[in-house]
Formats: sequence, C-alpha cells, structure tokens
Amino acid sequence: MKIHEYQAKEILKKFGVAVPRGSLATTAAEAKKIAAELGGTVVVKAQIHAGGRGKGGGVKLAKSPEEAEKIAKAMLGMKLVTHQTGPQGKEVHQVLVEEGLAIERELYLGIVLDRAKKQLVFMASTEGGVEIEKVAAETPEKILKEYIDPAVGFQPFQARKLAFGLGLKGDQVKNALKFFAALYRAYVQSDCSLAEINPLVVTKDGQVLALDAKINFDDNALFRHPDFVPLRDVNEEEPLEVEASKYNLNYIKLDGEVGCMVNGAGLAMATMDMIKLAGSAPANFLDVGGGANPETVENGFKILLSDKNVKGVLINIFGGIVRCDRVAKGVIEAAGKMKINVPVVVRLEGTNAEEAAQLLEESGMAFEVGRTFEEAARKIVAAIR
Amino acid sequence: MSILVDKNTRLVVQGITGGEGSFHAKQMMEYGTNVVAGVVPGKGGQKFEDKVPVFDAVAEAVRKEGANVSVVFVPPAFAADAIMEAADAGIALVVCITEGIPVMDMLNVANYLKTRSTRLIGPNCPGIISPGKCKIGIMPGFIHKEGNVGVISRSGTLTYEAVKQLSDLGVGQSTCIGIGGDPIIGTTFTDALKLFKDDPETKGVVLIGEIGGTAEQEAAAYIKENFDRPVVAFVAGRTAPPGRRMGHAGAIISGSEGTAQEKIEILQNAGVHVAESPAVIGATMKKLLK
Repeated sequence: MKIHEYQAKEILKKFGVAVPRGSLATTAAEAKKIAAELGGTVVVKAQIHAGGRGKGGGVKLAKSPEEAEKIAKAMLGMKLVTHQTGPQGKEVHQVLVEEGLAIERELYLGIVLDRAKKQLVFMASTEGGVEIEKVAAETPEKILKEYIDPAVGFQPFQARKLAFGLGLKGDQVKNALKFFAALYRAYVQSDCSLAEINPLVVTKDGQVLALDAKINFDDNALFRHPDFVPLRDVNEEEPLEVEASKYNLNYIKLDGEVGCMVNGAGLAMATMDMIKLAGSAPANFLDVGGGANPETVENGFKILLSDKNVKGVLINIFGGIVRCDRVAKGVIEAAGKMKINVPVVVRLEGTNAEEAAQLLEESGMAFEVGRTFEEAARKIVAAIR
Repeated sequence: MSILVDKNTRLVVQGITGGEGSFHAKQMMEYGTNVVAGVVPGKGGQKFEDKVPVFDAVAEAVRKEGANVSVVFVPPAFAADAIMEAADAGIALVVCITEGIPVMDMLNVANYLKTRSTRLIGPNCPGIISPGKCKIGIMPGFIHKEGNVGVISRSGTLTYEAVKQLSDLGVGQSTCIGIGGDPIIGTTFTDALKLFKDDPETKGVVLIGEIGGTAEQEAAAYIKENFDRPVVAFVAGRTAPPGRRMGHAGAIISGSEGTAQEKIEILQNAGVHVAESPAVIGATMKKLLK
C-alpha cells in the first residue's frame, strides 16, 4: 500500500525521524495561513503518489504567505504530469506547506528488502535527489550498503559506517545517527515494504532532515496496523481497481482490448502473454483466486465489461480441486444475469473439463469453447478482429 | 526416484482442523500420503477422520508418531510461529501453503532456519508432490504421472497447466515443487536444482518462473556451471507493466530489474530452452528427452 508524503512524514515523526515543520492544506486560504504561521520562505508541495513532482511543477517556493496562497490556488485541482503518472496526469487535491531550509547537502537514504540475502538492507548515497536506480546503474560504488541481521536489528556501528561514509562531520554525525536509527525503527514497527528518503538534507546549521519521504506498507501485515487502513487514498487508484478490490478480486487495468479472467496469478500472467502472442493485447490482469465460484465470475464480468476498451473476453480456468463443470455452471449463470455484448471464449481445463465444455456448448449462450490454451487465445483474437 | 518426499514420508498437518487444513488433509490421505498426525494447539487428544491423532504440539507428533515432514495450513498471522515450531521439533522438511504472511515475519523465520537443518518450501505455494508416492499440498493429484522430469515453479495453476501438458504427452514427473510466489521463500530454484542433480532418475527439469526478483537469473548461473541435463523454462509476465504487483507479492518489476525479457535472455545464455508460449512447455521438454 502506498501513502502520501505528508502521511509518511507524520508517521516518521512519531518514531523520532526529523522532518521539516509543515501542515497539509486543501484550500489556498489554508495554505496562506500555514505559510504565515511558519514564517519566511515556504515550500508548497503537491500531494500525489507519483514521483518526479518537482520537474512537473508540483513543488514550488513561496517567499510570502500571499505567494503561497497563489501557488496553492494554481496547484489545487491541476493535473500534474510526471514521468510516473502517464500523460493524463494526476489531479492534485491537497498540498503540503513546509518551512524552507538552508540546505548544505542533499543525500539519499533507503531501506529495502534484499530477497536473495533474505535480509533488509540500509542504503545511503551522496547522490541525493537523483533516482537511485540511475545511481545503481551508473555509479554503483556511490551506494553504501549495510545488511541488517534481523536477530539484533540495525546496529549503531552500522549507522556510523554510513554517516562517516557519507562524509558527515561533528553535529551532523550525531543527528544522522539518531535519524538512521529512528528510520529503521519506523520501518520495522510499521511493517514497511519500502522506505526512501530522497533527498535527505543536511542544513547549514547541521540538522539532518527528511526533505521528501516515501513509504510503502506490506499489505500482508495491515492486519497488525488497523490505523494505517484509512491512509489509503482511492483518488490515487484506478477506479476499476478500487471497485474490484471491494469484491476481493485481484485486478489491474492495462491498455489492451482482450479482457481476461483467470484463476491464479501465474496462469493469469501467462494468459496475458498468450493473448499478446496471438496478436492482440490484454486489457487487464484478473486473478479470481483458486475457487472461481459463480459469484466471483459474475463480479469479474462486471469489472471486465465496465472497461470500455474491452472488445472480447477470455476466461481461462484450471480446475484442480474446483471442478470445471461447477465453474462452467457459474459462468453460464453469471452470463445469464448480465448483458454481454462482446464475444466470450471459455477454456476450462482440469477436473471434469469435458463435462464443462459440453455444458457451455449446450447452454445456448454465445460462448466459444477453447479446448487448449493456444486455441482459446487464437479464437478470442479472431473474434474481435 | 524422487526428491524430498516419497513413501517414507510421515506427514504431520499443522492446522488440520481448519477449513483448508481438513479438506486437503483428506485429499492427501486419499492420494496415499502417509498422514501420521495433526497439530492444533488446544485440540490435542482428538482424532481426525477417526484415525489421525491430533496433538497440541509438533514435538509430540514427532515423538509419538515419528513425523518427519510437516505441512502448514495455519492462518497468516500465526504461520511464521508454526514453521519455527516445526523446525524446533526437528522436522526435516516444512511445506508452508499459507498465503499472506508478512515479510517481517518471514525475515525472522529465514534467520531462525539458518542455524537449523530444516528445509522450508514456500510459503504461499501449492506444495510438493512425488507422483504415485506422496502428495503434500493443494495440487490436484490426478494430473500428475510418475516419471523422470522434475518441475520447479513459483506459480500454482500455471504449474498444473505445465504438469498436465507433460502428463498428456506421456512425460511423467519425478517430483514437482511449488516454491512459492512471495519475496522471501525457503527453497529457491537453485536449491531445488541442486536436489534434482543428486537424483539420477531425474532426466530433465522444467522451471516455471515469473517477473520480479532475480531467482531465475541465479538459477541460470547455476545451470550454466553445474547442471548438464535438459532444462526447459517459461517466464510469465512478458506483458506485465513495471511497478505493478501481479498478484504474487514477489511478482513486481522494480526499476529495470526483474523483467521477463531480462530473465529469458539470461536463461537462454545458460543453455536453457525457453518456451516462447505457455502452451508448449510440455512439448518442448518431450522433444529434448528423445
């Protein structure tokens, strides 16, 4: 789960991570008031989930409360386009107004999971404000890494290695050690799946603060953090995906024309690939789970058919423990209830696949049956041409 | 032959009275798996299906019934604890089916297992089967056929698809392992390849990967240096966009890392026969075995 910068900073602050003073505004008047309270130069930052906001005009300096008001007015409601939003952009509904800082250095800090080592790794780099993937590709020697033993956690000596490795001195070191330890605590205790402070700034007076903050949570651990659930911002998500999540369906919208409904994530991806090989493109990823009962099939149809790009639907279910004839009955029942005006190809394989094919063929509905994986993909692509 | 599980396997089912646990325990027993015990804390003393004794602790199942392999159907919040309990009781192989275990819990499990001889398969996997001998997990038994091809996969239903293709073509399997779709798993592709290498009866291996992570790349490096039997691979997710998690927590392309194309190229360079289409995984293997 992704959250906004202002939410990430509020959480980090609770753990003792230093962040600039500031507040959230949803109107220009609020932005003005916050700027007046902060005094001096402030920064107005658009709150959307995508990165690259600065270059897209979503981060601006204001020298007075009036200027902050003007900037916020222009920013609120605008469609911010960055390299991560796609050309349609994201609408800005709220801005974070923060104190301006006298910045001496911009650094990078992040905690991620190293799957192969099965450990968390604390990364730091002198190349702040740059995408870390770019640094990793071009100058990997500039990334310092400390692997964390889960039994003892992140140790002070590791924090010192990073701080001195970044070339920090005096009070900067002291502040950095406190910052690093707090960030690690926040990561572990909040069940994060990513924490990135880019840039981490060192001010002229030796403070070390998170100028930006990005945190993702491990969805599997949300049961331990009921207080995080309301932090979800559905405005940031694809409406159809929000709708699908209400039915507990795992759906991701893509931009092709063949809607697909599959049980299992791996088979769903393989089905998308198969559609591509057959000469078209998948409109979505949809995993209806192992069960695939009439209700999930019906909900799946609802979601697929609300996507206007969908010209045909391919259903690919491998019935293992679930019997195919039961899935077929579900498909027939769901289709009977709904108006389906695009071609549908169904391929059911596994337990009782023959009975299922017969049921579908005798249903009187306009289903085509694909006996093999390949035939099913070919048939749906031919049907929409 | 087969690897890890066979007729000598004495299985304990952790969470045997739950919905999933009881259903699949029955399925496994019907297949012929030797289910010797169940464990549900607080339900010790009961009998499952009137014959399998249920204990409060895994250690008891080991002591009284000689259990040597465990399968975990415990809910996600308690699954990490269940895996560690099995390891502590001296179980040699733990197969964790549970989906949705927090990464932070699995970090602790991985660390705990480092100092023990217990092997973990999964979590979030269909399990392991040596056709005709022993089925541990949730896969449909009937699609499998006894034989000489090893199957290793990160997926569930896509594995069934590949296995059915093999069986329909008359190509049987020695052992099929679902290693799981999570970021942190116990047994990797490379670990499983090493086990198949030591099994002279396994004449070839099918490897089913997907986007995300670097497990396929590591397997390719191992195959190139150490594995001289035919390997067929398929990598799902060539049409998946970066930054989106495709169902499995592990299936996400981050930055430029973990794309299907990258994995396919590295596997091909290692001499692996990569199936272009998921529909020809079985046929590609059959051709190589001739």
